[in-house]
Amino acid sequence: MNIMSVREIRGWTQATPLPHAPPYVMGVINLRGAVLPIVDLSARLGMKEAEPSARHVIIVAQVKSRVVGLLVEAVSDILTITEDNIQPVPEVSSDLEKQYARGILAIDKRMICMIELDSLFPETESEAA
Amino acid sequence: MDMNEIKEIFFQECEEQLAELESGLLKLNDGDRDPETVNAVFRAVHSIKGGAGAFGLDDLVAFAHVFETTLDCVRSNRLEPTQDVLKVMLKSADVLADLTNAARDGGYVDEARSRSLVKELEALANGEVPAPAAKASDPVLAPAAPAPTDDGGFQPIPFSFDSFDEGEAAEDGQTYEISFRPRRELYTKGNEAALLLRDLSRIGEMSINCDAGSLPEFDKMDPEEAYFGWTIQLTTAKSEDDIRAVFEFAEWDCDLEIKAQEASATDDELPMIPVPFDLAALDEGDAASEAAPPANAAASEVVAAAETATSVSKMAAAAARVEKKEAAAASASATAAAQNAAAAAAAGQTIRVDLDRVDRLINLVGELVINQAMLSQSVIENDTTGTSSINMGLEELQQLTREIQDSVMAIRAQPVKPVFQRMSRIVREVADMVGKSIRLVTEGENTEVDKTVIDKLAEPLTHMIRNAVDHGIETPEKREAAGKDPEGTIKLTAKHRSGRIVIELVDDGAGINRERVRQKAIDNDLIAADANLTDEEIDNLIFAPGFSTADKISDISGRGVGMDVVKRSIQALGGRISISSRPGHGSTFTMSLPLTLAVLDGMVVTVAGQTLVVPLTAIVETLQPEASSIHSFGANQRLISIRNSFCPLVDVGRILNFRSSQANPVEGVALLVESEGGGQRALMVDAIQGQRQVVIKSLEANYTHVPGIAAATILGDGRVALILDVDAVVAASRGQSLKPEMSLAATG
Repeated sequence: MNIMSVREIRGWTQATPLPHAPPYVMGVINLRGAVLPIVDLSARLGMKEAEPSARHVIIVAQVKSRVVGLLVEAVSDILTITEDNIQPVPEVSSDLEKQYARGILAIDKRMICMIELDSLFPETESEAA
Repeated sequence: MDMNEIKEIFFQECEEQLAELESGLLKLNDGDRDPETVNAVFRAVHSIKGGAGAFGLDDLVAFAHVFETTLDCVRSNRLEPTQDVLKVMLKSADVLADLTNAARDGGYVDEARSRSLVKELEALANGEVPAPAAKASDPVLAPAAPAPTDDGGFQPIPFSFDSFDEGEAAEDGQTYEISFRPRRELYTKGNEAALLLRDLSRIGEMSINCDAGSLPEFDKMDPEEAYFGWTIQLTTAKSEDDIRAVFEFAEWDCDLEIKAQEASATDDELPMIPVPFDLAALDEGDAASEAAPPANAAASEVVAAAETATSVSKMAAAAARVEKKEAAAASASATAAAQNAAAAAAAGQTIRVDLDRVDRLINLVGELVINQAMLSQSVIENDTTGTSSINMGLEELQQLTREIQDSVMAIRAQPVKPVFQRMSRIVREVADMVGKSIRLVTEGENTEVDKTVIDKLAEPLTHMIRNAVDHGIETPEKREAAGKDPEGTIKLTAKHRSGRIVIELVDDGAGINRERVRQKAIDNDLIAADANLTDEEIDNLIFAPGFSTADKISDISGRGVGMDVVKRSIQALGGRISISSRPGHGSTFTMSLPLTLAVLDGMVVTVAGQTLVVPLTAIVETLQPEASSIHSFGANQRLISIRNSFCPLVDVGRILNFRSSQANPVEGVALLVESEGGGQRALMVDAIQGQRQVVIKSLEANYTHVPGIAAATILGDGRVALILDVDAVVAASRGQSLKPEMSLAATG
């Protein structure tokens, strides 16, 4: 994801669950006095739900006017890329992948998916949630 | 600072001035004849005019000018502020407010209304003018008479300035004695006494005496204080108004006294005037009274021997003045200090601060409180001895944070006065529209409450006032027929009561027509035709959604939004509203509101392992249910019997999806809550942790609204706890109870 939207990275703390929330919303935590919703990125991307442990980290990211915490397993690397490195998303059958992927990167023969945060949390969906 | 910012400040000041204007006029209306009140009213209009002129707001200036002229007549006692006059003036104040708003953001101004008011004001101003004009026609009589005939000579001569203006301005070489003592504010506002004096010197010949009597010792001197005063003898062809014009922008910030002296230069035959003036000024000092008799004697001789007497009297006067000054010097500083103190007490120092900054401060303090609580908790957990000095320090810290929190909250607290004042306008306008005569009495308008509460209070209060005027108070004819004063009274009071603000709206109208309310409720399917309701229950029906008692929908009320909207907005503020009514004697609406929206008194409870906060205002009582009092009702409804009445039991954990099956009520605690519509519900929670004040944090800012949850807060352990929205939970429980009934109906 774009580093410009990342505010800070912090360790996992127990979240307070919210009633009637979608399964990928783990709850809210206290971030220096502000109430911060935590989203399980893995579950949001349609993969299996994470089981939070002390090794998990929370990426505090700015999405439009809101601040959300993304629960991830680890932060691996910070890459500098140019627009040229970004390849378009191939035509795949799953809508979900197309929705959140902005592009794919081929770096050191690995494939990295670039996530568009804004489309992960569209206004309409957060309101419906 | 650009022009727009300056303009914004001007409009803010305008608002204050308008408030001042209105409260002053209302005071006058209540029979207050204090000249200071009249002055305050005049000053308000004058300031608005001055500022508007600077920004080229011609409409505003034009109207304010006419208004000011009329007020000036009141100020100079040429116009008696009767009820009729004040009615016009109050209307003018409303138009002035409209014009100000229009100038700010292009609001609507009723031009016809403002034009007719201009005419009325002019008529008032002109209607009374003949009286002073007649006085002015023989100007010599009034000023000249007292001096030679009065043997005492000590009395200040009663001058009518009005009569002076026109009469004496015609002669050239009129001498004025001007006493000018700037106050501290004069310099604060960037005026400079020297420049004023220079301007004065351009008008005519003048001699200045500086009175430095109140100058303190150097080391006691406050560099920003004004110590000097000046006595100026000015000989000029201009009128007193022209002299006042020099001081126009400084007039309110200094003690200015202008006395006209008989012109000795033009009229050598009558040189007796300087004496009485100085003597008049003398009679406080002891030294003065000794010097006076010879001076007075000299003055009497003047009539016979003009030339010599003039010089004698002048010398005597001069000598007297010197002595007087010495005598007065000591007392002058004392009085000056006293005056300053009085002025400071009256004005009170204020500064303008951006609301955002205050809010940020409040947020920070909120975090400080949480942090302090976290710290205390971890110390208590780790400290085994319990007697260390850390504990004492922590206790002090706790006290300090509490104090900081209170003072920060006090910054946001504002008197409810502005809202109450708006109400008086609404009463006037609506009463005019429906042809009723109504008087609004306000009490406790200085009661302070958080600004957000005030802002949100205006709308429901407006609605209630409109209702009271339109439906509550009867027409004058009906009132007279009922043996009441044809003028109706609406009383609006605010007071603090046990950490909340209580606002009462009392009218002495007909009260609630219970028969009609009942009929209406039956017509609107709100109650069953044969429902057996108490008077109180009927009264409370007016809060039911979609209820309006007015037979015909008028322009003023009954636009479909009824008292239910009022009730909802009051509840949104964390408040309650109730009504009591006596047929024929009027109704009383009582609103009780929290003082602030930033903190809330809540009961901390545990539900399915989660910590929740229930607003204390919603809770009526708590109880430990016994197995015998729980009764099953239908498939999954349970009722609890409390003092022989049955109350639905609502499992909070179930409603919020924290657990899948209902908890055993006997293991938990039931909170009896009162909700919208007055119905009671027993909320089941697992345990009560305690009662505490919590800082409200919005969930919507970063997430979204969660049904059943009003907001969030952060507890002492740093974790987030959710604040329960009692009304929503109760509504949800109703929704659940409705479903099985409907399915039963479908199958049956």
